[in-house]
This record gives sequence, structure tokens and C-alpha cells, in this order.
Amino acid sequence: MTTLLNIQRPPVFCPGCSHERVVRTLDDALQRLGLNGEQIVIVTDIGCAGLFDTFFNTHAFHGLHGRALTYATGLKMADPELTVITIMGDGGLGIGGAHVLSSCRRNLDINLLILNNFNYGMTGGQCSVTTPVEAWTSSGFLNQLEPPLDICRIGKAAGAPWVGRLMATDRELSSRIQEAVVYRGFSMIDIWGMCPGRFGKRNKISLKQIEQEMSLLPEAEGRVSANERLEFGGHYRSLAAQLQCADPVGRIDCKFSPPVSSRCDILLLGAAGQRINTAGEILCLSAMSAGMHVTQKSDYPITVLRGHSVSEVVLSRSPVGYTGIIKPNIVIALSAEGVARRKKVFSLLDEDSLVIMADNLEIPKNNARTIEIDFKALGVPSSEWALVSLSMLAADGFPITEEMLQAGLASRFADR
Amino acid sequence: MALSFIDGNEAIARAAVRAGCRFFSGYPITPATTIYQQMLKLLPPLKGVCLQGEDEIASIGFCLGASMAGLKAMTATSGPGISLYSEQISFALSGEIPLVIVDVQRLGPSTGSATKGADGDIQFLRWGSSGGLPVVVLAPVDVRDCYILTMHAFNLAEQYRCPVFIASNKEIGMTRESIEIDSLDTPDLLTRKYCPEDQPYLPFQVPPGTMIPPFLPIGGSRLVRQTSSTHDPEGYITADTDIIGQVIERLDKKLVTNVDTFTFFEFDSDPDAETLLLVYGVTARAAKTAVEQMRKGGKAISLLILKTLYPVPEDFIKQCINEVKRVVVVEMNLGQYVREIERLAESQHVSHFGKMDGELISPELIQQVIAL
Ligand code: SF4
Repeated sequence: MTTLLNIQRPPVFCPGCSHERVVRTLDDALQRLGLNGEQIVIVTDIGCAGLFDTFFNTHAFHGLHGRALTYATGLKMADPELTVITIMGDGGLGIGGAHVLSSCRRNLDINLLILNNFNYGMTGGQCSVTTPVEAWTSSGFLNQLEPPLDICRIGKAAGAPWVGRLMATDRELSSRIQEAVVYRGFSMIDIWGMCPGRFGKRNKISLKQIEQEMSLLPEAEGRVSANERLEFGGHYRSLAAQLQCADPVGRIDCKFSPPVSSRCDILLLGAAGQRINTAGEILCLSAMSAGMHVTQKSDYPITVLRGHSVSEVVLSRSPVGYTGIIKPNIVIALSAEGVARRKKVFSLLDEDSLVIMADNLEIPKNNARTIEIDFKALGVPSSEWALVSLSMLAADGFPITEEMLQAGLASRFADR
Repeated sequence: MALSFIDGNEAIARAAVRAGCRFFSGYPITPATTIYQQMLKLLPPLKGVCLQGEDEIASIGFCLGASMAGLKAMTATSGPGISLYSEQISFALSGEIPLVIVDVQRLGPSTGSATKGADGDIQFLRWGSSGGLPVVVLAPVDVRDCYILTMHAFNLAEQYRCPVFIASNKEIGMTRESIEIDSLDTPDLLTRKYCPEDQPYLPFQVPPGTMIPPFLPIGGSRLVRQTSSTHDPEGYITADTDIIGQVIERLDKKLVTNVDTFTFFEFDSDPDAETLLLVYGVTARAAKTAVEQMRKGGKAISLLILKTLYPVPEDFIKQCINEVKRVVVVEMNLGQYVREIERLAESQHVSHFGKMDGELISPELIQQVIAL
């Protein structure tokens, strides 16, 4: 066995700091597992525990406070062979709480060691999420207000399949770390220790007493059988392997000559369920079958199945500049909700504009040529009104023709 | 000829995959969500990874890890997500971690209007990370640009080992458009330079005459150290102010001194023009229409559409504005990029028009502004 410790960079913790003990124990555990430095990455964040990666001859990733698990997740998903060991203090545990919860739930095969010494050592001994209410910290009385959290209980509740809690001085620590590292899934060990530099200065507390406190909490002894399940990475890869490659981007051949000399702006005003967006798309595809440039924008509320649905379509023989529609050439008005959404536009319409509308609809006064359609009499359901309106345009030959519409429909529904 | 009908977000996703992106993670946010949805369709069947982070901080953190393991990575969000990315962006910058970050801008401030466009994040992208070092910001005008600039973004991220932003806009990301993909002028793909096997590896050691440290992946056969702290060539935290100063200077210079090689633009210059209209992003579309109409009316005018916003291509912009007496900057915010033009202008008069109400700036409005 050869040590993975970086001889050139011995630990630099305050005398008596439990972190140093954990550094040596982690080295022992990794050696006993027979791992080379190249097979391991130690991921750390900010704080005294964030120095860990510098003491080892392994790959190292030292990042922002509380975010170590985020890097660990990316590393492990990108390189499933890598042994990923994440080190955080109780500070990182607090600020990165969402990542801890998510990692427990996710069950990716990474190992988290929490170096829990009940305060922020590096910044001068402020209280953390694990500080006892009776402790003295440099956060004044604030720690009296919030009880410490038991990360093992939380981890189990959040779905972690392997949760342990030990003293930094525990003889078992090396073998537990080995078990945790070998475990195929997310594992975490809450390692309690002493920060003589800060916490120990204000609190006359011994490791024995800390151990005593620990014994009052429910045990955390490794596997949590109720939480054991498929490991995220392997599961991801097996589900992904069943997926078909996505279709390439659809293409439509340009085979007709466009019946439009310049630009034609079309506004489709309807309601949810009227397939306004689909009609806009078919209009575009139809125009594209004649090599025209098109743009389409849609406007509908975030909620589904109710409210307005508006589609703005621009067809042009030359590339489309401005994609907005100020004065449309054609308005297809099919519901009050849609009309209300663009009511300002009607006053701009002139004799050259065309309005195709449902015959019972009220629209603002305007000067456009108007075609009213009695959809009810035609026996057409409201979901087809927009499509029927398109066929009216095609029958007119402007701005699309019948054959263009056929091509557009064929392209839109190619896979049905 | 065959045309495709896609929006800017799909173009970005498709181009990313074509550029070799094999890791994406994001958090749902309108109007960027469909990039994530597309990547979810595209990547897993290619043995790539697409994840949904628990929040934006995690999403970009995943990318940083994956990029350091050697994958080309991308994330996408909108203003509120960029805000949360901030600390990780400065990490990508200082740790020289290649990453493409898409900001499909929506109307701010704050949660603003999720389905309305704006270009309100432009200076935020440049300055929204601690330390204030330069980043690359590319601004597409349309779906075509989304495709091409995304491929360039990956190349730049790889080549310069840095985060590269694509400053899109709801009005591009969620507007579908006809596009002839086969005819696009796409760049050859670049990948980060690896340290040759016969050379010793120090993660942040820069070979003489170059400005970028060669890469090796975490998990490879030689040890790699990555750190968000000020570091020496070995990747250990350092307090040596000489070393710190040199690294910071290099991080600045590696982009600023090379911007001429990645200045993307369209410059439509009229030698008789006294006025230059300067725009970027979706506003360029209205500007083209406006310029066309003004020229039809007999007015001489030049148009500069900038697509590399940061680092500011100063020499190039100076060249363009030196041709005229007056520069009019029009943008979908209350005056952000105009600040760069004002500091570059010498004798030219610089005026500005901008608005933030969720509506596109129209060609008519631009003409009115120019006529003033
Ligand atoms: S401050 Fe506390 S945690 Fe930090 S090195 Fe000193 S004793 Fe250890």
C-alpha cells in the first residue's frame, strides 16, 4: 500500500483539528480499497474542509461554497468509472442544502463526507445548521433561535440509500468510508469532530462529550434498505439506451412558384383548442413549398385549454426583416378572446386588407374586405375552423395556392 | 432546395449537438425551456447526458464538472437563471472551464414578463460575475445566426477555455422561421488542446508564446487539479501576488487581444452615408427593413449589425464609426451597449433609442429616430 497523501503539502489545520485525523483516515481507506490517485477525484468546497483536495495526490476539483455536489454530479455522469468523493463542512451542508437533498434523492454513485464541527471555522466560528442551541458562537445569540438539524435523518427521509454517522476519531471510520465508497449509489457519512481553533475556544467541550451528544441521536449505520434502488447513472444509461435517435430537422421541398409578390402579414386570432398555432404552421409550410421565407410567432397564455391563441405569420419572397405585424394584410378572426388580444389592429385595416371571420363574431369596425363563414352551417367543429379558413385562402389563390396547401398539410402530418 | 421550419431555440440545440456537445443541464424557465426539451430528445440516444438540475446553480455546476471530465457542455436559461449562475460563471472564467451558456432573454427586471422579449441582460452578461474579467458574448439576429453562432460558441469555448454566452431573446428563441440548413456557412469544429503525452502536465501552465493552458480531463491517466481560488500553474491556491497578477492579466488578454479573430458582424456600408445605424440581436431585423425603406426614399445610411458584443471589438467598431458623423444605437433596453459606442466615438455624435415594454422596436420607429 502506498499513501495517496501529497507529501509536499502536509495538512495545515490548527493543532488538534479533527480534520487532520480524517485526512489520514481517508488516505487509509482509499489505500485499502486499492485505488490509484488517477481513479479518484476529491471534490471540495469552501471552508477548512475545502482544503482536503490539496493534501491528496488524486484528481482535485475545488469550487464554490456548498456547490461541491453539483460538480461531483457532472463529473460522475460524464465519467462513470471515476470514484467521486465529495467533502463538505457543516457550512456547505447549510448553503448547499438543496444539492444535498437532491443527491440523496437522485442516488448517483458519489460519496459525501460531511466534516461536521458545528460551526464555521474559517470565517471565525459563526453558527451553522448543526450548531447546538446551547453552544457559544460568534453569531451571538442567534444559534439559540434555531435548533441543529440531523442530516442523517434528513438524508434518509430524502432517499439516501447509505447513511452513516461516526466520530472523526472512531476506529471504524476507515472501514465505514470504504463501505460507503464501494456502495453503488449515493452514500454519505456525517463525521463529527472538534474545531479547537474556533468552536473549542468558546465551548469547553471534549470529544467525549461530543460523542455523548451523538449517542442521543438515532443511529445511522450504513445501508438504508428502504431506500435501496437502482443507481441513477446506470439507470439513466439503461433508459437512454432504449431511446431512438431524434428525427433530423424536417425539410420541405420548394417546388412551386410563389403567388405573392412581396410580403404578406397574416394574423390568426382564436382561442385555445382552435388549433391556431397548427394552422399558422401549415400556412408557413405551404408557403415554404414555394420557396418563400416565413416567420411565425405565437401568443397564448401559460395555462392550457383556455384563453386566447394568436399566431402571427409573415410570408415573403425576400428574407423577412421585422417579424412583428403592425398592419396585417389578412386577419383570420375566429374567437372573441383572440380578437380582444389584438383589437387595436382593426382600425388600421383598409380596402386592401382581408378579414376572414366566423359569422357570429363581433369585431371592431374596419374597412377591410370581409368574408364571413357560417361554420355551424358547414357542420365544422371549432377545432377545424382555422384549417377551413386556410382552404378559403388557398381557393382564392392568395397568399397560398391549393397545391401549396396540400404540400403544407402533407409536411405537417407526414408522421400521422 | 429544401427548407426547414424551426425556432431559434431548436436551432441552438441542433447546432450544439452538431458541434459535439454531449452534456447539457438546465432548469425549466420560459423562454429557454425548449432548448432543454430539445437536448433531452437529442442527447441521450447519442450516449450524451441531459439533466434537469434542482436549480440553476446545480445545472451550471453539473456542466462545470462534465466539462472538466472532457465533454463539451452547454446550459440554457433566461435572466432570473443567469442571476443564479453568477458565482459559477466566475468559476468557469477563473478555472478556464469551457462552457456555452445560452441566455434567451426575457423582459426584466426580476421575474419580469416570461413571454416577452428584451435585450436587457447585455451588460449583465458582461459584468455579472465577480472579478469583472472579460467573457465572450455572441448575439444572434435570427434562427440562422442561432445555428451558426452556437457552433462558433463551442469553438471559442474550447479554443480559449472560457464561458461563452449566446445572448438570444424570446423574439428569436420562440420565433419559428424558414431556414435552409444545408446552405449555412458553418465553421469547422475545434476541440480544446490536450497536453501532449510526452510533456509534463501542470493544469494551469501556459506554454511559452501561448495564452491558454492545455487541457487534460479529470479522470484521465494524469492528475488534474481544478480550483475556483487564485492558483499557481499547478492548480494550488496561491497568495503570491506576482503569480495572481500574471494569471489575471492573461485571463483578460487571452480574449481581448484575440477578439479580431472572432468578430462576427454584418456591415452594410454606404460611402455617402453620414449616419450609421448600429444594432444587434433581433432589432437588427427591423433595422434592415428600416434601412431598405430609407434607401428607397433616397437617404444614404449605413448599417452595422454586431454579433460579437464582448469583448467589445473596439478597433473594428472604431473603423466603422469613423466613416460617419453620427451613430444611432437602437437596442431593446434603456441604453446598454450604447455605453461602449460612446466611449469609442471620437468626433461622432452618438445617439440612442431604446425601449423595454415587451414589444419589438419597429422599422417605422427606427426611421423616426434617425430622422430626428
Ligand atoms: S478553524 Fe477549526 S476547522 Fe478550521 S483548521 Fe482550525 S480547528 Fe480545524
